[in-house]
Amino acid sequence: MNLAALPLLDQAVLVLAAMALFSAFALLAQSRLLSAIHVFAWQGALVAAVAALTGAASGDVNLYISAAITFVLKVLLIPWMLHRLVRRLALERQADPLPYPALTLLAGAAIVVFADWVAAPVAQFEHSATRNVIAISLAIVLLGMLTMVVRRQALAQVLGFMAIENGLFLAAVASTHGMPLVVELGVAFDVLVAMVLFGVFFLQIKDSIDTLDIDRLSQLASSVEQDEDTEPPR
Amino acid sequence: MMLAALALPLAGVAVLAALASAAVSLAASRWPRVLSWLSFPLLGVCALAALASGIDALWFGGAHQAVLPLGLPWLPWEVSVDPLTGVFLLILGAVLLAVAVYGPGYAREFRNGRDSLAALGVFTALFVLGMLGVLLAADAFLFMVAWELMSLASYFLVAFQHEQAEHRHAAFLYLLMAHVAGLAILLAFGVLAAASGSFSFAAMRAVHPDAFWAAVAFTLALLGFGTKAGLAPLHVWLPEAHPAAPSHISALMSAVMLKVALYGFLRVVFDLLGPPQWGFGVTLVLVGGATAVMGVLFALQQTDLKRLLAYSSIENLGIIFLALGLAQIFQAAGHPALAALALVAALYQALNHALLKGLLFLGAGAVLHGAHERSLDHLGGLLRRMPRTGWFFLIGCLGMAAVPPFNGFVSEWLTFQAALQAWQLHDSLLRILVPLAAAALALTAALGAAVFVRAFGTAFLGRARSRQARHAHEVGRGMLAGQALLVLGIAIAALLPGPVLGLLARAATQLTGAAVTGDGWLWLTPISPRVASYAPLPILAVLLVVGALGVALLRPRRRAAIRRAVPWDCGFAPPTPRMQYSAAGFAQPQRRVFAPLYALHEQVTPGRYELAVGDRAWRQLYLPLGALTDRVADRARRMQAGHVRRYLAWSLITLLVLLWIVS
Repeated sequence: MNLAALPLLDQAVLVLAAMALFSAFALLAQSRLLSAIHVFAWQGALVAAVAALTGAASGDVNLYISAAITFVLKVLLIPWMLHRLVRRLALERQADPLPYPALTLLAGAAIVVFADWVAAPVAQFEHSATRNVIAISLAIVLLGMLTMVVRRQALAQVLGFMAIENGLFLAAVASTHGMPLVVELGVAFDVLVAMVLFGVFFLQIKDSIDTLDIDRLSQLASSVEQDEDTEPPR
Repeated sequence: MMLAALALPLAGVAVLAALASAAVSLAASRWPRVLSWLSFPLLGVCALAALASGIDALWFGGAHQAVLPLGLPWLPWEVSVDPLTGVFLLILGAVLLAVAVYGPGYAREFRNGRDSLAALGVFTALFVLGMLGVLLAADAFLFMVAWELMSLASYFLVAFQHEQAEHRHAAFLYLLMAHVAGLAILLAFGVLAAASGSFSFAAMRAVHPDAFWAAVAFTLALLGFGTKAGLAPLHVWLPEAHPAAPSHISALMSAVMLKVALYGFLRVVFDLLGPPQWGFGVTLVLVGGATAVMGVLFALQQTDLKRLLAYSSIENLGIIFLALGLAQIFQAAGHPALAALALVAALYQALNHALLKGLLFLGAGAVLHGAHERSLDHLGGLLRRMPRTGWFFLIGCLGMAAVPPFNGFVSEWLTFQAALQAWQLHDSLLRILVPLAAAALALTAALGAAVFVRAFGTAFLGRARSRQARHAHEVGRGMLAGQALLVLGIAIAALLPGPVLGLLARAATQLTGAAVTGDGWLWLTPISPRVASYAPLPILAVLLVVGALGVALLRPRRRAAIRRAVPWDCGFAPPTPRMQYSAAGFAQPQRRVFAPLYALHEQVTPGRYELAVGDRAWRQLYLPLGALTDRVADRARRMQAGHVRRYLAWSLITLLVLLWIVS
């Protein structure tokens, strides 16, 4: 596979996608919340740029609109909301270090290899740039999940969740030149609603148990209640 | 011919009236009067429409179908009214009409309580709507939707007075059993739909599954509908749920909902499943016989009036399923006329049980309303304080005890007539089994009579056993009128068996293809005049004449003044109400004879005797099942640790493994 032989636009797409993958790693390891939010905003910007470049390559106007929506939502609106949430919850200085940072990053690297291996047969006959972007987007999705698994901070989990969405968007853009605009709008709206809900929810959690460490939220509702008596009624 | 086409529109009116009743009931939390002035009258309209639709369908016969513009785009809801539906629409209409008249008076009691009147009105209407939907549905999809609506609405009604823990317990048990039943029914329809490739009943009727899958569908249908109908040992929810619900709801549940389950069973097994098999019939006879005997034995031991009635419902459903088993056996053996007779007997029993049990539950509600007590150990002497309710209750008891000329006798007699034709069968095993079932039926009938002698005698005769019973008062006009309506229905079913049988026979003809003739309005001759005939009107006339003669002969000639005096106490302590024959004492002989069947806990301490009669099904079936479920749940709980991150890790691992498998 000779990357240098690809058209310039495709090469640019590949570079940007690779940077998005790098940002996923940064998100995985960044222990400061505010920095993590910034990383997430950068990731959004990279994904939006990929969409715009793909639009330029294929001449599809819909992709420009998708890119614009992504930019507004993922780079401006959601990071701003997260920022505000962090302020309101007074979490600016809180660090959430990983228990085993080296192990986690190694696992992330293994996931990228795995994603590349999985994506190999998916688009064998397609454009090699597309193939790589699909592998990268799959890796971003899996890394997002890994972020959710290893992070204890609820807000960091939201970032992982949003990163998964970024990965999915990237895959859609790369493989099919964007989803239909209606679907795109719907997904964007969903993400926004999810963000609002997360915000409300976190404020409530913080209010009631005074922490956002989700390991404290481990008591199942049913184990609190006493079991109903199983005796015969009479 | 114009009138013949009215069945379906009338049923539509009933559905709309039920919907309207549900809608207006929402306002009852703010304006309680809405319940009395709008909700129940609308249910009355619904009842009249259902009654008219049922009679229309039975009178003119034939099936009327329609496809509704509702449901899923590629799966529209289909409805139909045929004679089988008609029988059950008739039952629903008759009982619901009485409940609609009775309800306002009974619900007035809740007006000052904490319970939500809006919930009562809305769920009552939805419950009725669900039952109507089940009866009218002509495809499995609408059937299941309506069935679940019926189950859920009645769950909320059982849980209506949820402040009491035992009501919550009963409601939960009911919900659990209803879910299991719903699942079994869904699977039964799944088998039928797989064979026919469609959810429409018409398609299922045309294509039948092979023998193995037919047996699977039969078993599932028996489990599902049998749970709802209270067949042993799936009956345990019934004696808990019926006493917990408000009395007019108990009447609807016992008189109508159990019949709707019966309807579902008839529809699936006799209409859709295909050719009858004697194995099915034998299963039904055995299950029905066991249920009947078990139900009546436990009814005999209950001290709670409504629990007693609930167990008696189990007994009656057992008799009905026994008759259905006979119908299946006869049909499989090539005697369609006898099958039709057994089926008519079952339908007649269903109609009678609906009318009688409706009346008795309304009567129990009146007792509860008037005396605030439903334990037989605290009642007594109510006939003097609540004379009208007492006489209505007596009529219900006599009907239930199958005493001629009451209606209970007609259907039991018809069942016996069918069972005693077993000599026409060729299989010698069946020729032995069917008379044995008839013997079980006879035992049930005799014990059933004892049940109601005990119930009426302890509650209404003798002296009051508690202060509440001493201060009982007669209930209002509406509640009496509701009971009187059912008494009217009972009189029709009792005294004009020929015409009633003629109507019901159309449904039997629809299912078996053979005709049953009642042979005139006076004499009921199901098989031939040389075998047996029955005429209630002459019997009634003879009874009246003998009674009048007796009164005339025994009455003192001269009009002596009635003098009330203290009864002679043999020179010992003056008699107190506690010296009366108690409800537990009355049933003691049967308790001794059938002791192995009960789970008895007796404790005798000086001056005190405690007795608890439990159901063996609990210890031998349900508790082990519950323990097993707990163990499985404990295993599953190890994975369900409650750690969000652990769940996420499981998801990630699952995803990775799946991706690995795919690629």
